[in-house]
Amino acid sequence: MSTQPRLVEVRQNVLKQNDLLARSLRSRFEAAGVFVLSLVSSPGAGKTTLLEKTLTRLRSEGNRVAALVGDLATENDAARLARSEAPVKQIITGTVCHLDADMVERSLAEWNLSDLDCLFIENVGNLVCPSSYDLGENLRVVLMSVTEGEDKPLKYPTIFNSADVALITKMDLAEAVEFDLAEARRNIQAVRPGMEMIELSAKTGVGLDEFLKLLQLHRDNTAAIA
Amino acid sequence: MHELSIALSIIEGASEEALQRGGAQVHAVHLRLGALSGVVKDALLFSYEIACAGTPLEGSQLVIEDVPVVVYCPKCAAEKTLETIQRFCCPSCGELTPDVISGKQLELIGLEISERDLSSEVGAGQFAGVAS
Repeated sequence: MSTQPRLVEVRQNVLKQNDLLARSLRSRFEAAGVFVLSLVSSPGAGKTTLLEKTLTRLRSEGNRVAALVGDLATENDAARLARSEAPVKQIITGTVCHLDADMVERSLAEWNLSDLDCLFIENVGNLVCPSSYDLGENLRVVLMSVTEGEDKPLKYPTIFNSADVALITKMDLAEAVEFDLAEARRNIQAVRPGMEMIELSAKTGVGLDEFLKLLQLHRDNTAAIA
Repeated sequence: MHELSIALSIIEGASEEALQRGGAQVHAVHLRLGALSGVVKDALLFSYEIACAGTPLEGSQLVIEDVPVVVYCPKCAAEKTLETIQRFCCPSCGELTPDVISGKQLELIGLEISERDLSSEVGAGQFAGVAS
């Protein structure tokens, strides 16, 4: 037996635990002076290849860099990234299709953040779920490869809108797949007006300098605000 | 699909609120869902029913209020509701604008509850699904 149902007002953010944890991570990153960038894309858009090149370059220029890499099942990505000789840790999510702030925090437990200048977080290849979870990153970069088609941003507007920078990857294949670059750029701007965009090919190295320059700019801006 | 973990968080949050109100029985959970939350409504409704099974919220209903994306249009100097999230432009003047005012919500906003009669108090797992 119970009384007649009544409606009571509550106000609770469903993801508050993740958001609180992300906020505390962001403060920790700031205190340690480490700039954190996350990469999101569909599977196979080129996150790992770009990261491998980026880590290698930044290390050769004397930066202290590290990476966390999310994957459903394998440690292949971590093995590839380890070739850069930067510290790399794999987060195997099992059946979970995205990283959350708790996974990031637990993975960082053994690292001293103040030993790092830059931390990269490669999310699980997925253009849907990662958009809901703040990881405490300073910059979220979304990748779309030319082989995926120009309309990717229109199919997944939420993740493009949640990101700060868009990279159009595998530009070396653009001609072969008759990629319409102007159309792709328009679509990105439609779902996130004013978004910074870079075309690159991690294979040939085109656009990598521009990407690293942008990264440095955001690093400087973050440091200036901190 | 992350709607199942979202559903579990909703159940956790609603249970917490119900407990603060003396362990009241929950008949419905009201949620505000923004078009930019990254959560698919149908998948969430489906997951909710499954996730409720065996919890004190079993049999409760998830009521979702859709929230459109509201942007600020600098040209009109006004808040405008987007017609589609495929195009962040002002529906009145067509100006593109990145300035999102709201639309990312994933919020518990209300519970339909009834106080349980203490004389018929049973274990939390057992009263689930019993109508008032």
